[in-house]
Amino acid sequence: MRIGAPKEIAPGEARVAMTPASVRDLARLGHQSLIEAGAGRAAGFADDAYREAGAEVVPDAAALWSQADIVVKVRPPQDEEVDRLDADKTLISLFHPGQNADLLDRVNGTGATLVAMDMVPRISRAQKMDALSSMANIAGYRAVIEAGSHFGRFFTGQVTAAGKVPPAKVLVVGAGVAGLAAIGTATSLGAITYAFDVRPEVAEQIESMGAEFVYLDFEEGGQDSSATGGYAAPSSPEFREKQLEKFRALAPEMDIVITTALIPGRDAPVLWTADMVAAMKPGSVIVDLAAERGGNCELTVPDERIVTEGGVTIVGYTDFPSRMAQQSSTLYATNIRHMIADLTPGKDGVIVHDMEDDVIRGATAAKGHEITYPPPRPRTAAIAAAPKREKPKVPTAQEKRAAEAAAFRRETRVQVGLIAGGAVLLLLVGLVAPPSFMQHFIVFVLSCFVGFQVIWGVAHSLHTPLMAITNAISSIIILGALLQIGSGSFLVILLGALAVFMAGINIVGGFMVTRRMLAMFQKS
Amino acid sequence: MENGFTVAAYVVAAVLFILSLGGLSGQESAKRAVWYGIAGMALAVFATLIGPGSGLWLLSLLLIAGGGAIGWQVANRVRMTGMPELVAAMHSLVGLAAVFVGYNAFIELGRVAEAHAAMGVPFPLPDALSAEALVVAATLTERFRGFAAVVAHKSAVEVSILRVELFLGIFIGAVTFTGSVVAFLKLSGRVTSRAEKLPGGHLLNAGAAILSVVFLFMFVGYEGGAGGWPLALMTLLALFIGYHLIMGIGGADMPVVVSMLNSYSGWAAAAIGFSLSNDLLIVTGALVGSSGAILSYIMCRAMNRSFVSVILGGFGGTSGPAMEVSGEQVAIDADGVAALLEEADSVVIVPGYGMAVAQAQGSVAELVRRLRGSGKQVRFGIHPVAGRLPGHMNVLLAEAKVPYDIVLEMDEINDDFPATDVVIVIGSNDIVNPAAQDDPNSPIAGMPVLEVWKAKHVIVSKRGQGTGYSGIENPLFFKENTRMFYGDAKASLDALLPKIG
Repeated sequence: MRIGAPKEIAPGEARVAMTPASVRDLARLGHQSLIEAGAGRAAGFADDAYREAGAEVVPDAAALWSQADIVVKVRPPQDEEVDRLDADKTLISLFHPGQNADLLDRVNGTGATLVAMDMVPRISRAQKMDALSSMANIAGYRAVIEAGSHFGRFFTGQVTAAGKVPPAKVLVVGAGVAGLAAIGTATSLGAITYAFDVRPEVAEQIESMGAEFVYLDFEEGGQDSSATGGYAAPSSPEFREKQLEKFRALAPEMDIVITTALIPGRDAPVLWTADMVAAMKPGSVIVDLAAERGGNCELTVPDERIVTEGGVTIVGYTDFPSRMAQQSSTLYATNIRHMIADLTPGKDGVIVHDMEDDVIRGATAAKGHEITYPPPRPRTAAIAAAPKREKPKVPTAQEKRAAEAAAFRRETRVQVGLIAGGAVLLLLVGLVAPPSFMQHFIVFVLSCFVGFQVIWGVAHSLHTPLMAITNAISSIIILGALLQIGSGSFLVILLGALAVFMAGINIVGGFMVTRRMLAMFQKS
Repeated sequence: MENGFTVAAYVVAAVLFILSLGGLSGQESAKRAVWYGIAGMALAVFATLIGPGSGLWLLSLLLIAGGGAIGWQVANRVRMTGMPELVAAMHSLVGLAAVFVGYNAFIELGRVAEAHAAMGVPFPLPDALSAEALVVAATLTERFRGFAAVVAHKSAVEVSILRVELFLGIFIGAVTFTGSVVAFLKLSGRVTSRAEKLPGGHLLNAGAAILSVVFLFMFVGYEGGAGGWPLALMTLLALFIGYHLIMGIGGADMPVVVSMLNSYSGWAAAAIGFSLSNDLLIVTGALVGSSGAILSYIMCRAMNRSFVSVILGGFGGTSGPAMEVSGEQVAIDADGVAALLEEADSVVIVPGYGMAVAQAQGSVAELVRRLRGSGKQVRFGIHPVAGRLPGHMNVLLAEAKVPYDIVLEMDEINDDFPATDVVIVIGSNDIVNPAAQDDPNSPIAGMPVLEVWKAKHVIVSKRGQGTGYSGIENPLFFKENTRMFYGDAKASLDALLPKIG
């Protein structure tokens, strides 16, 4: 098959859906690649590099669209591009079929097959082609960099000869892929990072990235995102109130706020209101990654950077991935390549569009004059249902003391009980046994005590040597044999001699092997 | 009888033994501790040979030297992976020696009683005795040396107690003997390591134990040197119990079994010490007995199972359907592992019995050297029941020259997993199973496990897709951050090594 990537014609779009590396990988699947001249220039890939990788460079878009069987793109097709489609062609691009119903109708009218990269289901197997995650990752990273370039201070705290610099405080709202990437970037720059999300189960991920999870004290409990394919769902008005209250309290402290809260198929929720912006210190920066869908911040202007009267910068760019075109093209082209690999199961250049496959079925929005969006629920659940997690109750100091006292009392009771029981038992034995036995018995009991005390101190790593050495010293039984061997009876001598012999093996063997083992333990 | 010097030597030896065990609290002091043990043993044997055990001392010395030579050979030849077998084999020797010494005590008892009967004096001597009889008794006592002399002095109650003591000594010794032999055969793979029981199961063991108690009463009821048959029958029963009990325990429970047998060999020595009225035997036996008991307890706690349930074999039933495991196992090749390790800053390796089976500790050590050479933090997480012997993994890693200060216990490392980049699980399964925490219906629910799944990436080196000892599915293998590195542990690691560093 011939796979072609045209130059993106949307204004300001620098990404490209094919890179020299992906050309090589596609060739391995048996496909011939076509690229429109100059398509990769904005992303830093020269035509020659494509040629070198084995792609055919086609002079203009018209030629490319007519020659290619499969067209791969970044942005949804523009009108003129839709006109170039026909029933034999397949278009693979980001499409957002839910929001672009008209466009979907028109593409379907041409009879072309449409694979929407943003519709790839969120299951483990399909992660390698999850373009939304790749792009969100880049956006999260870039958001921090963008914030940093408008923020007049260091991220990391420093103590310099000229005085102490406090670290920047960053709040990330929404811990999806973009949010987590932003957290990672901010913490690695040295900022103190806080993060919030309506899904309490992501707290662990947030903390693993080095940020502090902002807990909301709310009875109803959070959402279970496994029901919504790993995405957030709208929250109740009470919850929202509580959430805004928390943000209001945090706003004066935060230097940088990065909002990434999106709910699939809806406008972005407003989480950072005008009064919060007003409460922030001058020089603070807000980066709104949800700007394209209206913005999480009330004052966001999409595609623009504004400075409020209070001196707060609000960045509302919607093209973060395109601002890092080389990186995003590389990742996107890899996502596309994985999709094509799934479409080419035989690795022989023959496309098999298997509508039984969860991933391919989910991503296909139109095929053979039929709109196949929305897809049925995938058979494999996106994410295993999260077990309900009890919020750890923090006991008050009083409760803690009470618990400790109770534990102490319990322990005392058990110990006193054991001692009393043991003493009674011993006294009973003493009533019947002769003194000569009791003498030995005292030695025995004391030795057991000494043994228990000593053995608890033995390092776990030395348990094997402990076994070997106790083995050696339990051969002290040799004394018994030595005492008996001189007694005179032949049978006694024979048994005694055997016992002495075996104990001899054990003594030397046990001690030597212990010594050998211990000699191996070396410090680094 | 024992003179003052012997007793003094025994006291010093006992103190040395205690110091020797106490010294095992740290790797460095342990090297000194062995010598305390050796000195204590040498002193005890020497004092006995020049004192109360001087009869046939040359023969004794030759036998010790002969046995010692064999022991020396074995100790120097054994491979560290073979330690569990060696320990089990040595336990069996202690058990058998205890049986022999116990029988000797019985035979001596018989000889003394016979001599008394021949002279017309009752044995044991009653408290009130005619002057004439006393003289006879005194001359009789003169004729006995060593242990027999001690026996001749005993009163009626003391003789009864002696019978109980030697009966117990023989019983424990016999159980230890066959039990250790079976454990040895299982560990060395000469007998299947599966749990196998005769029809009747534990009822057979219980029956044999009850019969033994009956024989004990019969044996104590006999006078003088009589009563050999209940003793012999009991010995057979005890040998059977040892065999059948250990046959019914599976391979992965061997750490508990071996430490339990360790404990028994101690108690056997203590029981014999009672019958011989030898305090050093009692002290040492008690030390060893409590040591083995504590080890068993630690092992059981690490599996969250009661001692009884381990001994009775098999895992407890589940209380409901197991949690469904969804997802798929994703394989990875050596290149992928190398790439992951290349990017990692902190690596934790969790070895299990599979590493010992594949003899992979050398390759693991080499991997560690290379990773540390490129400035990465590498540590080991050891679960208490990893391997077939308490502390088995530590010894294997020490043999491969892995420094002991990067080999950590479960409790020391469990909190560090979230900050770890890559965890490599080599040949372990149940000890890293998240079901123990997540699934209350799992047979291993509540067992403390290494929380490896909290790390960023987990690489599992494993032969195939089978389940672990407990026979349950391991959800770890299906986690998103887990990659399966299939193949023999040593072969996989050797394929990986050239790509690192």
